[in-house]
Amino acid sequence: MNTAEWINTVEYKELNFARKSLVINPTKACQPLGAFFCASGFEGTLPYEHGSQGCAAYFRNNLARHFREPFPAVSDSMTEDAAVFGGRANMTEGLRNAYEIYKPKMIAMCTSCMAEVIGEDLKAFISNAKDAGSVPKEFPVAAAHTPSFIGSHITGYDNMLLGIIKTLSEGRFKDGERNGKINIIPGFDAHVENIREIKRYMTMMGVPCTVLADNSDAFDSPLTGSYSMYHGKTTLEEAADSVNAVGTISIQAYAAPKTAKEFKTEYGQRVAEFNYPMGVAAFDKFLMGVSEITGRAIPDSIKEERGRAVDAATDAHPYFHGKRFSLFGDPDLMLGLVGFILEMGGEPVHIVSTNGTKKFANEMTALLATSPYGSSGRVYAGKDLWHMRSLLMTEPVDMLIGDSHGKYAARDAGIPHVRVGFPIVDRVNLHRYATLGYKGTVNLITWIANTFLEELDRKSDDAHFELLR
Amino acid sequence: MKTTEVKDFIEELLRAYPEKARKNRASHIAVKEAEPEVTAEDAGAPNCGTCAIKSNVKSIPGVMTARGCAYAGSKGVVWGPIRDMVHLSHGPVGCGYYSWSTRRNLAQGKPGVDNFVPFQFTSDFQEKDIVYGGAQKLEEICREIKTLFPEAKGISIQSECPIGLIGDDIEASAKAMQKELDLPVIPVRCEGFRGVSQSLGHHIANDSIRDHVLGKGKLPDPGPYDVAIIGDYNIGGDAWASRKIIEEMGLRVVAMWSGDGQIETMKQTHSVKINLIHCYRSMNYIARHMEEEYGIPWMEYNFFGPTKIEASVRAIAARFDGRIQENAEKVITKYKPAMEAVVSKYRPRLKGKRVMLYVGGLRPRHVIGAYEDLGMDIIGTGYEFGHADDYQRTLPQVGDGTVIYDDVSEYEMEELVRKLMPDLVASGIKEKYVFQKMGFAFRQMHSWDYSGPYHGYDGFPIFARDMDMAINSPTWKLVRAPWEKEAR
Repeated sequence: MNTAEWINTVEYKELNFARKSLVINPTKACQPLGAFFCASGFEGTLPYEHGSQGCAAYFRNNLARHFREPFPAVSDSMTEDAAVFGGRANMTEGLRNAYEIYKPKMIAMCTSCMAEVIGEDLKAFISNAKDAGSVPKEFPVAAAHTPSFIGSHITGYDNMLLGIIKTLSEGRFKDGERNGKINIIPGFDAHVENIREIKRYMTMMGVPCTVLADNSDAFDSPLTGSYSMYHGKTTLEEAADSVNAVGTISIQAYAAPKTAKEFKTEYGQRVAEFNYPMGVAAFDKFLMGVSEITGRAIPDSIKEERGRAVDAATDAHPYFHGKRFSLFGDPDLMLGLVGFILEMGGEPVHIVSTNGTKKFANEMTALLATSPYGSSGRVYAGKDLWHMRSLLMTEPVDMLIGDSHGKYAARDAGIPHVRVGFPIVDRVNLHRYATLGYKGTVNLITWIANTFLEELDRKSDDAHFELLR
Repeated sequence: MKTTEVKDFIEELLRAYPEKARKNRASHIAVKEAEPEVTAEDAGAPNCGTCAIKSNVKSIPGVMTARGCAYAGSKGVVWGPIRDMVHLSHGPVGCGYYSWSTRRNLAQGKPGVDNFVPFQFTSDFQEKDIVYGGAQKLEEICREIKTLFPEAKGISIQSECPIGLIGDDIEASAKAMQKELDLPVIPVRCEGFRGVSQSLGHHIANDSIRDHVLGKGKLPDPGPYDVAIIGDYNIGGDAWASRKIIEEMGLRVVAMWSGDGQIETMKQTHSVKINLIHCYRSMNYIARHMEEEYGIPWMEYNFFGPTKIEASVRAIAARFDGRIQENAEKVITKYKPAMEAVVSKYRPRLKGKRVMLYVGGLRPRHVIGAYEDLGMDIIGTGYEFGHADDYQRTLPQVGDGTVIYDDVSEYEMEELVRKLMPDLVASGIKEKYVFQKMGFAFRQMHSWDYSGPYHGYDGFPIFARDMDMAINSPTWKLVRAPWEKEAR
């Protein structure tokens, strides 16, 4: 047997799953990417990485490729001398330059692994830089340690968000007084249209909310012939006051656990956490959660939208029923997608999440157990896309769902690949479509069903090539 | 626009910087002024008059440089395209993730069998690896690679920042594994904090290839027409377009460095007759080494646009005998009608259009001829990570009044574009959407904006089409809402 055939075998799969140290094609990036992503959602905020400059270039180009949008951000370009003497001088100069040239309202600072390994003290350095006059004393410099050897991009999102809220809300908590709003934390979501969708639902329910962090415009700004750097929509004032909200809703529990906990334990808020509520049932629960915290009823206009999504689901169910799916990506996205596929009568078979934890695996197993369509589903937390390839070759499925990196495995397996997640760098404009909410559900149903139908048309012989599908 | 006006404007824009940064940046931007001609033969001479420009020094903190790091220069540029090896991003998960298949180095072979280019192999360092070191993990990884990818012809260990900081002896691990697995295992010290840009990464990668690859094999049947293509990374198929021309000239391409490259043929490169260098910046080191060590001459060439291609084909042929020189003329004659057709189609649509370039490697100078073939004018150019010898090679290629900028910051580039109002900005992904939002036509000139090839006779028609598409797309007419009074 030649190697090309051998890598498709069960024998190879076993060898592949026996590996302990080598990671091949992981579905996770490192913390600062999530920190940069988060920072871009705040008014006038410049993401700043304390460390080597190459990382900042990588975060910027990866974000720019997916969203096809500019991503302004800086680093303080630490090099060999900083490795020896520390990067304090870099930060003092970097803050001064960034502040003067790019005139931000806030700088959101995270760290590269270089700075973490040499043990840089962000708070002390920032304070020193302020003493040296790099930025005014009252200018907010939010800080987060984001070591790339712990967690993944979703951990970085959480750390940066918490750092920003702590910095801005200092002295703002009024125990016993509530501002009547709820906080909504979208998490690391490659489909930023979801933020606009969620806000629309909140408006329909009459629920005032603060999105932490609203980067919907930062990653989907209009082309008007003029460029401005900052499009973060969460104002610094709103973010500062977020500690006085009635409650906090986290849309992706695994992307903001520390921040959610902070709102609960430090500020006594009611906190509800969800796992990327895709599909009708999960979004129903999400809205009921909002209703419960705020006391606002779900209006009939939303019920109508829901009805349309259910209509779309029943219209399309024959194209899902009994189809076998492989899925990969961030833990919350996986829980959301699996819930959606189960309610459509599809069968999730392989679920791979490199940044998935044991807790996630247990939650997924429990979710699969709620439906007979989940009986062939298995979760692979901590595994990667090379494991996924072995699974696709030995236990075939009908479709792969995940970001662009899955395209090689899908091609080898000869199955269609619907793109959801980060990064999507080989299809255009998908970040402009919601995947959450009832309209998002209609989008997903449409993409998946029509992809199957395209496949059917492409593969049919003349005799079976029909007008009606 | 008058040179003095541009110079005043540059001085003005630099005033936005704090004093220390202003002084630093002032030495990186200049306008080429009328001076005694600097000829190609003089390139390399230290004095280039008023246009002396500072380069290859540290970027100043906080200015939004476009530059990357040594790892990007080694793994991302030089090593990554070698297809029959596994390139391990050694350290935390990010560096390998961000550079995963993003440079469009096309390669033959079956992915996962004998082509490992579209992969992200990482040791995914965790906190315990930082604390206790990753030597054992690295060795285990090498064994796992050997088991899972038996056709891999070698392993390169691409160091990320933490490796040098925690003091892991990857050289010792590599040596042990090379012996145990009977496979080249090559340690590369390209930690991202080394040097000032990607450039040192190129040099480090060249040195590691020199020490661990070059000279380790023997060409079975050396011939009088053997050459190597050096510094072509096969972006969008560039190296194949270049190879085609060289082979049609009757020369034999023994090795490709490193686009669609193979370690097996790179090992044998020291027996070629001449090294042909496209990207001087990233691979001059190995060419100079082969010259010193093996007496192999090298020459630079330029396969962008028919004028430069013809000049290069003739210059290459001049290094060989009459037979090759005859072939060269045949090649030029063969493609002339096709090239003339491209020019006559696109030149009327592009004539007089003004271009600002900001790229890396060889492109800030090498693509100028291709634009000029289409009647376009270069009004500004600069390098992300160039050295003095790059600028010396560039000056003769540009006209007086051209603005030259080194390691330009996003702020400077934005201001310069607003002032100079080019018809096309040709730069990278980080710049692309800034200028498109401003309503400027743009092409990515690192990745060819997911098009290509742009090299050779195959590439020029695509290049011309793409530039026309960027500038003349009807979508630009939509930018201004019809009820608005004024355009940009």
